[in-house]
Amino acid sequence: MSVTLDIRLKRANKVYHEGEVVAGVILLVCKEALQHHGISLSMEGLVNLQLSSKSVGVFEAFYNSVKPIQLISSNIEVAKAGKIPGGKTEIPFEFPLNTKGNKVLYETYHGVFVNIQYTLRCDMKRPLLAKDLTRNCEFIVHCQPQKAKVVPTPVKFTITPDTLQNTRERSLLPKFLVRGHLDATNCVISQPLTGEVVVENSDVPIKSIELQLVRVETCGCAEGYARDATEIQNIQIAEGDVCHGLPIPIYMVFPRLFTCPTLETTNFKVEFEVNVVMVLHDDHLITENFPLKLCRI
Amino acid sequence: MAAVQWRSRGRNYEAELQRCRPEAALVDFGDYHPLKSIMVTDTKTRRGARKGSTSSSSSSSSSAPPDPLSSMLDGTDPLSMFAAASATETPAMAHSASAGDLGRKKWEKEKEEEVVGPDFEPWSLKRGEILARFTTTEKLSINLFMGSDRGKAPSPGSSAVSEKVRTRLEELDDLEEGSQRELLNLSQQDYANRIEELNQSLKEAWASDQKVKALKIVIQCSKLLSDTSVIQFYPSKFVLITDILDTFGRLVYDRIWTMCSDPRPLPDSFTVDDVNDTAKETCLNWFFKIASIRELLPRLYVEAAILKCNRFLNKCGIQETLPRLTAMIRGIGDPLVAAYTRAYLCRVGMEVAPHLKDSLNRNFFDLLGAFRQISSESVQKQLVLQRVEPLLTEMMERCKKLGNNALLLNSVMRAFRPEFVAARATDFIGMIKDCDEAGFPKHLLFGSLGRSVACADPPESERLTILNEAWKVVTKVRSPQDYVNCAEIWVEFTCRHFSKREVNTILADIIKHMTPDRAFEDAYPQLQSVIRKILTYFHDFSVLFSMERFLPFLDMFQKDSVRVEVCRSIMEVFIRHQVEPTRDPVILNAMLHICKTMHDSVNALTLEDEKRLLALLIIGFIRMVCFGRDFEQQLSFCVEARATFCNLESVMVQLIHTVNQLAMETNRVMRGSHSRKTAAFVRACAAYSFITIPSLSSIFSRLSLYLLSGQVALANQCLSQADAFLKAAVSLLPEVPRSISVEGKLRGSESFLLDFINNFLATLLVVPDHPEHGVLYLVRGLLNMIQDYTWEDNSDAKVRVYVSTLPLLAAMSQETYLYSIPKVDSNETLYGGDPKFLLEINKLSETLIGQVLDHLKALGRDEQSTRRQGALAFSLFGVLLAHGDLRNNKLSQLAVNLWNLSHKHGYCETRVSVRTLEFIKHQAQQADMSHLSDTVQRLALQSRT
Repeated sequence: MSVTLDIRLKRANKVYHEGEVVAGVILLVCKEALQHHGISLSMEGLVNLQLSSKSVGVFEAFYNSVKPIQLISSNIEVAKAGKIPGGKTEIPFEFPLNTKGNKVLYETYHGVFVNIQYTLRCDMKRPLLAKDLTRNCEFIVHCQPQKAKVVPTPVKFTITPDTLQNTRERSLLPKFLVRGHLDATNCVISQPLTGEVVVENSDVPIKSIELQLVRVETCGCAEGYARDATEIQNIQIAEGDVCHGLPIPIYMVFPRLFTCPTLETTNFKVEFEVNVVMVLHDDHLITENFPLKLCRI
Repeated sequence: MAAVQWRSRGRNYEAELQRCRPEAALVDFGDYHPLKSIMVTDTKTRRGARKGSTSSSSSSSSSAPPDPLSSMLDGTDPLSMFAAASATETPAMAHSASAGDLGRKKWEKEKEEEVVGPDFEPWSLKRGEILARFTTTEKLSINLFMGSDRGKAPSPGSSAVSEKVRTRLEELDDLEEGSQRELLNLSQQDYANRIEELNQSLKEAWASDQKVKALKIVIQCSKLLSDTSVIQFYPSKFVLITDILDTFGRLVYDRIWTMCSDPRPLPDSFTVDDVNDTAKETCLNWFFKIASIRELLPRLYVEAAILKCNRFLNKCGIQETLPRLTAMIRGIGDPLVAAYTRAYLCRVGMEVAPHLKDSLNRNFFDLLGAFRQISSESVQKQLVLQRVEPLLTEMMERCKKLGNNALLLNSVMRAFRPEFVAARATDFIGMIKDCDEAGFPKHLLFGSLGRSVACADPPESERLTILNEAWKVVTKVRSPQDYVNCAEIWVEFTCRHFSKREVNTILADIIKHMTPDRAFEDAYPQLQSVIRKILTYFHDFSVLFSMERFLPFLDMFQKDSVRVEVCRSIMEVFIRHQVEPTRDPVILNAMLHICKTMHDSVNALTLEDEKRLLALLIIGFIRMVCFGRDFEQQLSFCVEARATFCNLESVMVQLIHTVNQLAMETNRVMRGSHSRKTAAFVRACAAYSFITIPSLSSIFSRLSLYLLSGQVALANQCLSQADAFLKAAVSLLPEVPRSISVEGKLRGSESFLLDFINNFLATLLVVPDHPEHGVLYLVRGLLNMIQDYTWEDNSDAKVRVYVSTLPLLAAMSQETYLYSIPKVDSNETLYGGDPKFLLEINKLSETLIGQVLDHLKALGRDEQSTRRQGALAFSLFGVLLAHGDLRNNKLSQLAVNLWNLSHKHGYCETRVSVRTLEFIKHQAQQADMSHLSDTVQRLALQSRT
């Protein structure tokens, strides 16, 4: 006897804001009538923090993961113990997305050390000899649009061997001159990062120019805090020895889920940076870093 | 039985003819028409029936009586019924999406036609051309890293697993998919097959809902385009791979389309508001996924492939995306790859949004901007490495000097509409002149220009200047190969707009250039094309051959096969366009020369078909030659032609026919009475035929030509010649083989031979006996030959000939013959019904009948041959009835016997017998035939039991 349990949200994109109502149906499909001991539905919003093994010891990282922070939680009983007729059964539900007290609903974010996740979980208890059924469904929360107006401030940059820090032997570096600009570093998350880069000249042919989107996650705990930067994605904007003097567009769409508006709380921080990476044919790697401030309007 | 007495029945041919002539029956053109009534009732009933069966409107609903044919077809025809029925059903049956699809396509097409100019060259045309043109024999390799799509964002929560472990896991995944592979040493065909396989697996993956795998395949495919290791094959590779991308784009679009077609399909011109949220979300997902592809090239290609899907998301999506993608292409370092990416983007752009032409311009300007890159070191090295034609490198070398835009000019001339270029030809010439002499070879530029002006007409006044200017450059080109390439193009322009003088000059120039060091040997295709172009424009052969350099030009084709091919193409044009027969000595000489060339190419190895073709062309020429009243010259032409074309038998046959025709034409002109001079001439014609015929190998053409020529000679009162012809034919008879090959199959020759002999016998009636030989010399000769001829075993052929000789003999014994030749005295006048002559004939007939009867007897001995016996007896009976004088008792007895014999075994067809009897009764009613009624009494019909 097979039965499938599913949660269907009304919104196709599953995106909700604070104060809205998460509505949907629980969908049950079974061939014949089904006995059960009650169906319940719960909604939960959690921030999971994890310490990287780099900043603390391996064991500590294992045990010492910081306790998750609960943002929202509620529970309802959908159906009392009883029978579900065969065929397709839809049970509608609604949850208001309201916080208790002074808690804020952070935006959904899937990171490495910080995870902000909202889930709906439906449980169906069943009599002996049948496994209980569970179904999870993540929905996405977007935080309220920022009130303040974002004024884009272009950032110009020039990269030459002389502007580089962190070089061991500056003299061995080939000569090059790369100019460019980012249209803004305070970006709207739903709009792409744009700009231009011009290779004015380069002694060694260029192999590739890439945009590296990096997240910087900071977790605070009793012993102090851990700050880690990891790559989200790497987008190539130039391949091979591009034409000198011709502006190449910088264009990157911020991936959903893996980015969120820059977040700063007492316990953790999520920030983003972008690196313009230039790889030369002799495998020299030149990186220019720009911190970003993401927001949602 | 042996002593049969033959008496021929006297005939009055005039009276018989009169009797046979039917009375003229009046046709009643009243209101009755056999078709009319059928037609009217037909349509009426049918219409009623049709309304019930199909709902499609019929076109024949006018009140006037419709055309009977169309009314017959309309409705009753099962096919159209079927079509009509299915037409009404399809909308209901077909999937809603496909109907919408159709409509959409139509709409798009209309729209496209609206926006795109009429001269827009669709991709489908270009595609095949590219595949055919860019091929390679070098080994190719495919490098696919399926599954290792590093652009994938790391999955959430994988932090616990170290980087190393993760890559290992990924590798494992890859192995599972079995997709990381590098294929080396593929031939071009293998490569295409591999890509086709990928295309298939893309479709399969899509069908089995593995969307991610499908995307991966597409990404891998587009990555292949960054590999330029075999440049010659790159365009074809581009075509193959973009095919896959197109497939992918279509799949994605159609999928999203079907998502919104619930509850009803989207209208053709849907807007964003018509799209439901799920579809939008799916679409958005695709774009996010593609935006995160790590590498530039696949990201560009895949986004371009699904460009059309922007319509689901927002109104001006395409409008914004096109310029962005255009700009992003600048990031591709390899100019070749970049150029092709641009090509793809433009192509897709034109398909999806033909009205957005801006991005085309932008792409073009970007291309120009990146143009100087071609001169960069790495590209040079790459080109040298790959041994791309030295010319190309040379081109690059020269492009180094920026500002020298020859290459660009060349592309412009080749790509722009010929009308555009032609209208500005003078400007272009100016620009070409301004180009650096050390730049792109000028002759190439003029070649491109020539191509344009050949297709479209430049202004009248400028034409001569254009030609002069262009030719000034062309003629200075040193390398014969370059020269001829360019000259070939300009020939067309010259032929189109100028007279033979200019063309002649050009031909002379080409000859001058190509002769040194036998340079023409390497340029046959171009030279052939020159000839072809001239032939397209010059159909008047007198003009053509009066170009004094034309024949010398032909002399440059020294390789036999090419030479013959050229001759053949000239002949084909000649036959097609020469309408009037000609006697122009220039044409004749030249054509004779050309035909001789074709003829001389025939050797023992030439195929039959080839020979036939050549012979056909030469015959076509011979038929076109006519000297009007100058018969003698015509004959001497035939003599010359015979000497020239002796190897082609059908040409010989044609020549003999021509000469015979000539003789008859002379006869006609002289109104039957030859003067001494013309008599000599027709004798000459006869002599010509007489000595030509033996050279033929086919025995039946020899026989029939002898006969024909004999008849012609007879008609022209050349008695001894006619005699000679007929004698020759008779003496040729024993040589006729028992079987001949007809169209490659061996067939018995008997039927052909019988036909011929019957024809021959009919001629013999009018041939007067030779004074020095005995009576009926030729008939006897023929019969002797027939007797001696080795007929096939078990064949009645010989006897059949005898039976058919009897009517001839009967006809010969008449007082006036059935037909005669004007001005030739036949035997009727020679002998004047001399009893001795008649006796001779009767004796001969009796011998023949005796022979036949003997044969009949012999047949009677064998059970199996009774059917043959019956048939033969019946045919002899028929001859007796028609030509014998049945008043003679013996003959009539013989006839009765034959009748009985033929009916003895019951093989006779009753209907034929009955009709024969009726005929006899009918005959008996006539005045002098009453004796037949007695005979009829004795002819019993076989009763069928």
